[in-house]
Amino acid sequence: MAIEVPVEHVLYLAAALFLLGLMGVLVRRNIIFLLMSLEVMMNAAGLAFVAASARWGEPDGQIMFMLILALAAAEVAVALGLVLQISRRFETLDIDAASELNG
Amino acid sequence: MTDLLLFWVPAVVALVSTGFVITRRNASHALIYLVVSLLAVAVIFFVLGAPFAAALEVVIYAGAIVVLFLFVVMMLNLGHSSVLRESRWLRPGMWVMPAVLVTALLLVMVYVLAGLPDATTATKGAMVGPKAVGMELFGPYLLAVELAGFLLLAALVGSYHLGRRYLEERREA
Repeated sequence: MAIEVPVEHVLYLAAALFLLGLMGVLVRRNIIFLLMSLEVMMNAAGLAFVAASARWGEPDGQIMFMLILALAAAEVAVALGLVLQISRRFETLDIDAASELNG
Repeated sequence: MTDLLLFWVPAVVALVSTGFVITRRNASHALIYLVVSLLAVAVIFFVLGAPFAAALEVVIYAGAIVVLFLFVVMMLNLGHSSVLRESRWLRPGMWVMPAVLVTALLLVMVYVLAGLPDATTATKGAMVGPKAVGMELFGPYLLAVELAGFLLLAALVGSYHLGRRYLEERREA
């Protein structure tokens, strides 16, 4: 069983979640919160793909969602390694501390 | 009507908890709200007829990725002082400009989507089960699966490299 809703309602939700994540990226300075907001944004993009999948009754959207999932997992693994390095090297989690570009 | 309710109740839960994710000062509290948000999105996937995507959302996002965040938050040993520092970084005035920009983008998006013709937009109400997804995934999308494997391997090597140097420096110190 699955429900029938207008697909634009799902897309409103996806846009709102994406923009909440974007606001988090713009406002926060702590790298961990930046990464969390990025996760929220990617999740919203996946929601739009699943909505398209439900609209057409085809699995392609869900497959795109799974690829986004793999991307998110890879991104978060590397980014958290970088967070450990930055917190070790600069003794802070402020993203502005890592703006020097010379290691 | 019930259909709309079944969609909008988890949608409101997702929006509220995401709002808390971006405003909390304590990283672990924000992570718990992130789990709530991801679970609400998983419920939406389920009622939209994508049970496999819903299961993956719970297992990989709420299970693996958030736990990875929690590990790092605990390794960094963020305590009371980090909450105070966060309060210093987050002044109320900083929210105004991003909120204006983001609201402008949202209004444009809603305006465009509201202009779609009604008859074409209802979701099918049919379940797209794991079998259909698997047949498609290992048929036409096989190359994409292998590329995702390459990406994950690269991420594995990269994060091992970054993390190993962190541990070695820590041992010397």
